[in-house]
Amino acid sequence: MAARVAGTGWRPTLNTETPARLAVRKTYKLFIGGAFPRSESGRSYQVHSASGEFLANAALGSRKDVRDAVKAARAAAGKWSAATAYNRGQILYRVAELLEGRRDQFTAEVKAAEGISRKDAAATVDAAIDRWVWYAGWSDKIAQVYGGANPVAGPYFNLSSPEPTGVVGVVAPADSSLLGLVSVIAPAIVTGNTVVVIAAPDRPLPAVSLTEVLATSDLPGGVVNLLTGVVAEMAPWLASHMDVNAIDLTGVTEPTLGADLEVAAAENLKRVIRPGQPDWDADPGVSRMLALLEIKGV
Amino acid sequence: MDFQYAPAPESRSIVDIRSSYGLFINGEFVDGKGESFKSINPADEELLADIATANAEDLDAAVLAARRAFDTTWGPMPGRDRAKYLFRIARIIQERGRELAVLESLDNGKPIRESRDVDIPLVAAHFFYYAGWADKLPHAGFGPDPRPLGVAAQVIPWNFPLLMLAWKIAPALAAGNTVVLKPAETTPLTALLFAEICQQADLPPGVVNIVTGAGETGRQLVEHPGVDKVAFTGSTEVGRAIARAVAGTAKKLSLELGGKAANIVFDDAPLDQAVEGVVNGIFFNQGHVCCAGSRLLLQESVAEEFLESLRRRMAQLRVGDPLDKNTDVGAINSAAQLARIRELSQIGQDEGAERWSAPCVLPERGFWFAPTIFTGVTQAHRIAREEIFGPVLSVLTFRTPDEAVEKANNTPYGLSAGVWTEKGSRILSIADKLRAGVVWANTFNKFDPTSPFGGYKESGYGREGGRHGLEAYLEH
Repeated sequence: MAARVAGTGWRPTLNTETPARLAVRKTYKLFIGGAFPRSESGRSYQVHSASGEFLANAALGSRKDVRDAVKAARAAAGKWSAATAYNRGQILYRVAELLEGRRDQFTAEVKAAEGISRKDAAATVDAAIDRWVWYAGWSDKIAQVYGGANPVAGPYFNLSSPEPTGVVGVVAPADSSLLGLVSVIAPAIVTGNTVVVIAAPDRPLPAVSLTEVLATSDLPGGVVNLLTGVVAEMAPWLASHMDVNAIDLTGVTEPTLGADLEVAAAENLKRVIRPGQPDWDADPGVSRMLALLEIKGV
Repeated sequence: MDFQYAPAPESRSIVDIRSSYGLFINGEFVDGKGESFKSINPADEELLADIATANAEDLDAAVLAARRAFDTTWGPMPGRDRAKYLFRIARIIQERGRELAVLESLDNGKPIRESRDVDIPLVAAHFFYYAGWADKLPHAGFGPDPRPLGVAAQVIPWNFPLLMLAWKIAPALAAGNTVVLKPAETTPLTALLFAEICQQADLPPGVVNIVTGAGETGRQLVEHPGVDKVAFTGSTEVGRAIARAVAGTAKKLSLELGGKAANIVFDDAPLDQAVEGVVNGIFFNQGHVCCAGSRLLLQESVAEEFLESLRRRMAQLRVGDPLDKNTDVGAINSAAQLARIRELSQIGQDEGAERWSAPCVLPERGFWFAPTIFTGVTQAHRIAREEIFGPVLSVLTFRTPDEAVEKANNTPYGLSAGVWTEKGSRILSIADKLRAGVVWANTFNKFDPTSPFGGYKESGYGREGGRHGLEAYLEH
């Protein structure tokens, strides 16, 4: 391995096989509307591993990036919610296939991000892929299980069906960089919502790699948009945006910020999932999906 | 044609209104520590009773009683026994149905025909429906072990006083919660009679607590640190304030707020039937209905013909004594609400819409407003955007189904909508595109305890009624 160059934090990455070769480094960018732009602000920040080593630069998203991402999510919402449940399920299952193919890459990234052993990181990646598959299968079942015919006392038909809430802003879990992330994205999009996700600020690299998987899948651009940067800088714009229908604050770790975001969300009565630290290994149940659905009766 | 009806008043002797009422806390009526206020009959401004105001100390006592009941009696009780209490309550409501209906009409101003045939039967049905859930919660679709939240703070409006109480209390109790409920300031009497019904059913003390007062009491109740759940039905403005008030807490919140529903009539609709539905949609309960069909969207080709029929039908509406069994439209609930309706109607006129009111003779005393329609209304008019919450209909026209959907959805609200057409395929395609919690097709304002009700967008969140209504009171 080449010697570390003092003062820059520079080191060749993932290049243990052929010491003579200089690695091509990866640039981690935002993911908006199916494209990978840099932050409109032109800023970036350093991402370090759990043990403090420099890993990469990530884009430092801004208010305008939030706005662009919401616009992209809104533009994608119509078609994605109107896609057949079968089609959404197929697309999401295909994403799981691609995740499986990049299992080793995700394992390395999760290991570096979370400071856990390779074995534990691999188990987390496996759990994340399995969770994605679990949610993918809900696409054509949620309306059966949570919709239905209501036996009203009159000569009428009355049917309830769940419909997506619309555009959902998500503050991704700060702790669980991949399993937690898929556990908040998948339940939102499987039912037809589109999302703007603020990645875990200290551990954004698995999230960006996930968007690279999504970009090469059949998921339409704009269904998932990912911003990296500082939660306190971007989340207030997301929480107060009048074209966002719901906000998932799971990853907010600062209680006063969480309360402020809820207050901002009240302006257009966004549905709110409050900050929390769920056990990501546990059976997730259906509550996240239900929190981002409207029940329509006809 | 001039129809003549002899008055057919329902006797009010069946109700026994006390001169003053206290708060119902821990199974007993106690004096309130705040300053009492008066509940009047909006039809003639007659004083009905003095009502206690709960202050902060009273609310502490109510929340404590609810907490103790949750911890010691109602929480640990098997679901099948909770079910039997709810069945008891449902039966007593049926048995005392006429009394409740007369009291509701006296306090609220709604026609006895509606309180007797709609409100009270639905109240009983709601308790029956949720009674059956109390011992089947693991089958409700919220996991194998759904748990109650604890103490629920519930604040309800004045338009369907006892029905809104039922929508709040029945699912809360079935799920194993205990409640502190505040009825609206102008309509507390049926909630207080419900408190007596709880006593009659031997419901354990503290399971249901009824605290009366105005907005300030409601604010203190939802902000009380001892409650685990807040449920509110009322205006979007207050709903926002409540959402802000519970921010940063662990209180679960459900909100059922305002609406500005589009009632869409296509040219192939059976027009006479649609006229009846439009009348029911906006003049039912004096238009004091959050899901009222307050925007009529008429397809241009039938607009003139339809409006002619509508005016003719409106001219037949009988406005007057709520206790008269012939009455179609009763009294406006309060002076404040009447002022709001008058103000917005004046704005409608000033902004250039054309006003027409049914030619009816209004009683001299009390709060009254003639059924009114505005034609030539555009999306820019305030009467097309703001909830009037009175017997006032704004009429817009459209040419294509897409235009109808666009106009219908062009509102921050999303509570309900109506579609009138003979084409089944059109019903389904329009209903699919409308962003509203309830879409009625060739009918309007139909409610059922098995059918979840609630809004999209700024009409609030959470559902009441049906299996979905349980989720607002369960942790899972």
